Amino acid sequence: MTSVAEHAADVRARGLTPVWACSAVGFLLLSLVVGVLAGPVDLGVGAVLESAAAHLHVPGFSTSLSPTEEAILWQIRVPRVILAALVGAMLALAGATYQGVFRNPLADPYLLGVAAGAGLGATIAIAYLPDGLRGQRMLPVAAFVGGSVAVVLTYAVGRSARRERDAATLILAGVTVTAFFTAWQTFVQQQNSETLQEVYSWILGNIPSTGWTDVVLILPYIAVAMVVIVALRRVVDVLNLGDDEAASLGIDVRRVRLALVVAATLGTAAAVAVTGLIGFVGIIVPHTIRLLTGVGYRALIPLSVVVGAGFLVLADVVARTALAPAEIPLGVVTAFFGAPFFALVLRTTRGGAA
Amino acid sequence: MDRVDAVVAKGEWLALIGPNGAGKTTLLRAVARLVPFAGEITLGGRPVTELRRAELARLIAVVPQEPSTPPWMTVAEYVLLGRTPHLGPLAKEGARDREAAARALLRLDLLPFADRRLGTLSGGEKQRVVVARALAQEAPIVLLDEPTAALDIGHQQQALDLLDGLREESGLTLVAAMHDLTLAAQYADRMLLLDGGRVAADGAPADVLTETLIASHYGAAIDVVPVGDRIAVVPRRASR
Repeated sequence: MTSVAEHAADVRARGLTPVWACSAVGFLLLSLVVGVLAGPVDLGVGAVLESAAAHLHVPGFSTSLSPTEEAILWQIRVPRVILAALVGAMLALAGATYQGVFRNPLADPYLLGVAAGAGLGATIAIAYLPDGLRGQRMLPVAAFVGGSVAVVLTYAVGRSARRERDAATLILAGVTVTAFFTAWQTFVQQQNSETLQEVYSWILGNIPSTGWTDVVLILPYIAVAMVVIVALRRVVDVLNLGDDEAASLGIDVRRVRLALVVAATLGTAAAVAVTGLIGFVGIIVPHTIRLLTGVGYRALIPLSVVVGAGFLVLADVVARTALAPAEIPLGVVTAFFGAPFFALVLRTTRGGAA
Repeated sequence: MDRVDAVVAKGEWLALIGPNGAGKTTLLRAVARLVPFAGEITLGGRPVTELRRAELARLIAVVPQEPSTPPWMTVAEYVLLGRTPHLGPLAKEGARDREAAARALLRLDLLPFADRRLGTLSGGEKQRVVVARALAQEAPIVLLDEPTAALDIGHQQQALDLLDGLREESGLTLVAAMHDLTLAAQYADRMLLLDGGRVAADGAPADVLTETLIASHYGAAIDVVPVGDRIAVVPRRASR
């Protein structure tokens, strides 16, 4: 018996190793610092740190920034960086979750039509809901409804097209659903030309500089989604064996899959409602982590949250600074890097399951 | 499937045989509640439909015909997935689970493989890993769907000897769908011959594997010959 106990110490699943966890957190911290410092007004590292210490009520510190600089730092830069981090974390997490649940390495909230569906929902809310009723709070709900309809449609179309497992079929279904929902959305926009400009910039994807309002708006949805998915991360590994095997291992497949898809869609919809369509984050981040570490979902899911946050903060820095003072839409930046990456993943997939 | 009526005793090795499409796999899947069925399937007197998924999985382990073996997963991680029914949906494996997995790996001589990726294993090694996962599940009943289909004759014997050893040691009940009648006859205590979704014969291998029964249900001409203290089925070419 002792020998079994001894061996048992070696029989472990590779969870989050300290090295990878620290690397991911280090990457995120570095991204946050770069995100806060980058911009047209040079605030200086020292002054920013002093101001942060003063805001945290560390005794002996007072800010050396002017009131305008203070406002730039705390009302524009920091909330924008936090918003980018939240959205990036959510999109990467949703990508990893859809990949695990649908056993499809190509799954991504943008490619599955979730983003387009959420966009349609948000547009309809902006265009048709009376001002009093709509408020900002209805946006994530409307986006969630649209996103849910889209993911169900995509899954149904993908299943009806082909019985056997083929990663590309689901994505083709997603493209179909995206095209349909985008067309519908454009139609709604044209009918309501006063919101045209607003919706156009939304389609291209942007982190808005709206201070803390949007952060507060989407935080609860994204927090719930993260808690649910991170809590169920081991089960995603079991689902990866397929429905029958997961069921014979005691998993209530339908219920668990529903919980995961609802959580991922809810979080994505909230993110999309404020940032618009930002694609490929859910492809780039989880696949880069896989390539580097080779880990299963139980480690991939928390790593995706942290690395995704850092990734989108950096992508937003590129969007803000590459053509300064003009801004490139963030969705354009992520697609520019994401599309070639997607081609690479497609090449190595050969139509098989994840 | 229609009107299948059978009882399996604890510690028994039951082979399900029958021509292609006879319903062997479907019957196994019904017992594991993976397909809906009419009628009643009971385990120790309790209908399987009344058990929760996790309870059922603590009683029945399944070795599928074509298990999915994600290439990035390590042997240890894969075998630990067998502990799923013993964990809550939010829990992770504890010391007891790792011990159960280590016992299963030790029993199948797989401990040195614990950190290998599944993608680097041969077909025979993978088969052993899948059995190890079922063993780590610590269920008293193991359902196997063509456990030897992918193996050469040497590995077939090894796998079946191993299963028989496990049955003797731990009192496992084995129900296996098998295509190879001779192998089935060498190992099983009892056979259930299925054809067209019905039970065509049920009994000891010598009673089920007869020239007449095999001719009428498989459309095959065979001779039954004694091999050791058991029997073998030999195909006979029709004389011209």
